[in-house]
Amino acid sequence: MVLSRILEVADLKVEFRTYRGVVKALNGVSFNVDKGEVFGLAGETGSGKSVTGLAIQRLLPGNAVIVEGRIVFDGRDLLSLKEDEMNKIRGKEITAVFQDPHTYLNPVFTMREQFRDILLTNDREIASIKDKREIEKAVHDRIIQMLTEVQMPAPERVIKMYPHELSGGMKQRMMLAMAFSLRPKLIIADEPTTALDVTIQAQVLELMKSLQKKYGTSVILITHDLGVIAETCSRIGVMYAGRIVETGTVDSVYSEPLHPYTQGLMRALPRADKDLKVESIGGSVPDLVDLPTGCPFHPRCSRAMEICRKINPRTLNIDGRIVECHLYDGETSRGRVA
Amino acid sequence: MGAVSTMRAEKTETGDDVLVRVEGLRKWFPILGGVFQRTVGYIYAVEDATFNIKNAETLALVGESGSGKTTVGLMLAKLEHPTAGKIFYRNRDVGKLSSSETRWYRKRVQMVFQDPYASLNPRMLIKDTIIEVMKVHRVGGPNYYDRAVELMTRVGLSEEHLYRYPHELSGGQRQRAVLARALCVNPEFIILDEPTASLDVSVQAQVLDLLKSLQDEFRYTYLLITHNLAVVRYISDRTVVMYRGIWVESSPTRELFGRAEHPYTQALLSSVPIPEPRSNVEKQLLKGEPPNPTERVKACPFADRCPYVMPVCNEKTPPVTQINDSHQVRCWLTVKK
Ligand SMILES: Nc1ncnc2c1ncn2[C@@H]1O[C@H](COP(=O)(O)OP(=O)(O)OP(=O)(O)O)[C@@H](O)[C@H]1O
Ligand SMILES: Nc1ncnc2c1ncn2[C@@H]1O[C@H](COP(=O)(O)OP(=O)(O)OP(=O)(O)O)[C@@H](O)[C@H]1O
Ligand code: SF4
Ligand SMILES: [Mg+2]
Ligand SMILES: [Mg+2]
Repeated sequence: MVLSRILEVADLKVEFRTYRGVVKALNGVSFNVDKGEVFGLAGETGSGKSVTGLAIQRLLPGNAVIVEGRIVFDGRDLLSLKEDEMNKIRGKEITAVFQDPHTYLNPVFTMREQFRDILLTNDREIASIKDKREIEKAVHDRIIQMLTEVQMPAPERVIKMYPHELSGGMKQRMMLAMAFSLRPKLIIADEPTTALDVTIQAQVLELMKSLQKKYGTSVILITHDLGVIAETCSRIGVMYAGRIVETGTVDSVYSEPLHPYTQGLMRALPRADKDLKVESIGGSVPDLVDLPTGCPFHPRCSRAMEICRKINPRTLNIDGRIVECHLYDGETSRGRVA
Repeated sequence: MGAVSTMRAEKTETGDDVLVRVEGLRKWFPILGGVFQRTVGYIYAVEDATFNIKNAETLALVGESGSGKTTVGLMLAKLEHPTAGKIFYRNRDVGKLSSSETRWYRKRVQMVFQDPYASLNPRMLIKDTIIEVMKVHRVGGPNYYDRAVELMTRVGLSEEHLYRYPHELSGGQRQRAVLARALCVNPEFIILDEPTASLDVSVQAQVLDLLKSLQDEFRYTYLLITHNLAVVRYISDRTVVMYRGIWVESSPTRELFGRAEHPYTQALLSSVPIPEPRSNVEKQLLKGEPPNPTERVKACPFADRCPYVMPVCNEKTPPVTQINDSHQVRCWLTVKK
């Protein structure tokens, strides 16, 4: 394994048992995240972004089954760890920031109480202090220091507040402060700014980038906003129907998208910075209970060929770009693979 | 095209082709408190909304969350009663309509809400929802069904979709069904509150193009409420920017994106993430937090976050500066120039 790699996800398959049948949410997801990089996970609703994030933290709901795959985090195979071993990683080495802080923050406790809890349960340094008063002092100092780092206005006042008393932007700052306070190696941020106004979003993203750089933290930024990824990430993975159909540097993918789905997404995007004719992608997303055979995108793809309807495209590496599409596979598109 | 527009111009009695005129519209929601549930304060949702909407144009209303956009829409749809100010529709004071005129108004003016689920009854077939609306408004009879089919085609769906429940439609289809429901009473003016916010980008484009083509064909007038500036640029003719319930800039959309005058508009435009690598050369980051709606604005609503704030900004409301015939701004900076 390459030393600079913090996370490796390989051929991850996740299914949900539901009354409608088996929902094939992830159908072989593979990607890597390097140390200190911000990796963007893009894709439309239902494509499997959140499930991927949850699977890495082993936080999938009870009706989910990991059918296959490997998740290697910092040299450890997460899927083979016992729950108590995973507990030592989750919330410490891997932390999370969610779109809706309410799923994470408890409405009946003040911010100070919640932050204190996190530090007491997870921070080794604080846990090693013996004297009770010293502990409280260390906790307090740490909270104030983190809140100052996230440029929280009036931190001493904010820690006495309850979650509902904080504005959306302040809540996300709080989440970032909590997520970074334990110096994790990886942060999974699932739509952290989607609910915010653009002016506040810009502040929060800027803040996240600077903290990430300062601490060398790796971040998986999950968002459906291709603009947010362009401005925050070094690499992007584009998900469709539970697969990452294209991966590459932001520079290369945005300037020359290879996969027809990525191309379609880029063309469908109205722009605030220029006048552009947009074109939607016809059809609708596939039913994950009854996936089409072959390439999952073929029913909507304007360039689909005979083989696309029959055989799932292989994962190709084209000068460092990862693409799953028959168009770029010399062998299959010429019909040599049956 | 030419013939149609002359016909409409004659219909609008005003001669200047203005369909809706909003003057100093205000909405304060009382905060009740104490044992006697007396008014202890107000949420100053809308302080001053002033604009015109011309026939068959799209006016975009933008601004951050809580700036009062939806409340303005609700007042225009006569679903909220203004605290002050006036709405004129075809030069008629909407506040003074008789009950029969109000019925007429409610047909002419339709509002489409962000959440398509909220506007469609989950237990009713699309067919029954649409026919019920027609019956209530007494339009489209006696061949309700034929008209429902015609509407479905108009919004790019088919007869088959009439026999579906809302949850059996995709997001884009559901938004089209909501549109069909709004169109079934033959409106002229449609208030679209975040019409594509719940849609994925691949589908959003379809709905935006549909709105455009319906407007070309049937000359609907739209008020587009949104915080998505890319959508604003794509489909609107003119834009009004609101901050803390007060309009701060009003301009043809094209011009606004080229030369925004108000510091808030500038910050807004520069905050939009651009889907292009290395596009984030210089962002104009705003400091501070969104404002508290229970505090009344006394001077410039943007003063506490404005990078160019001057003493006068905290003292007096900036007057309206006319940049040109169609572009107005309220900011002390432009007054000084
Ligand atoms: N608990 C569950 N039971 C059944 N299906 C589920 C469950 N959680 C997620 N799914 C399904 O798995 C698929 C992937 O969901 P996921 O939440 O990862 O999508 P996403 O890409 O994050 O979308 P969004 O942009 O809407 O957040 C979806 O089809 C979803 O309906
Ligand atoms: N019925 C109501 N009673 C009390 N306050 C209200 C009511 N409706 C809206 N408000 C408040 O009025 C202000 C303006 O709300 P409005 O919904 O018009 O904003 P908006 O610009 O549409 O925001 P968003 O972009 O979030 O939809 C907000 O502070 C809101 O909380
Ligand atoms: S494999 Fe075929 S169907 Fe799939 S994206 Fe490529 S061309 Fe289109
Ligand atoms: Mg998600
Ligand atoms: Mg609103």
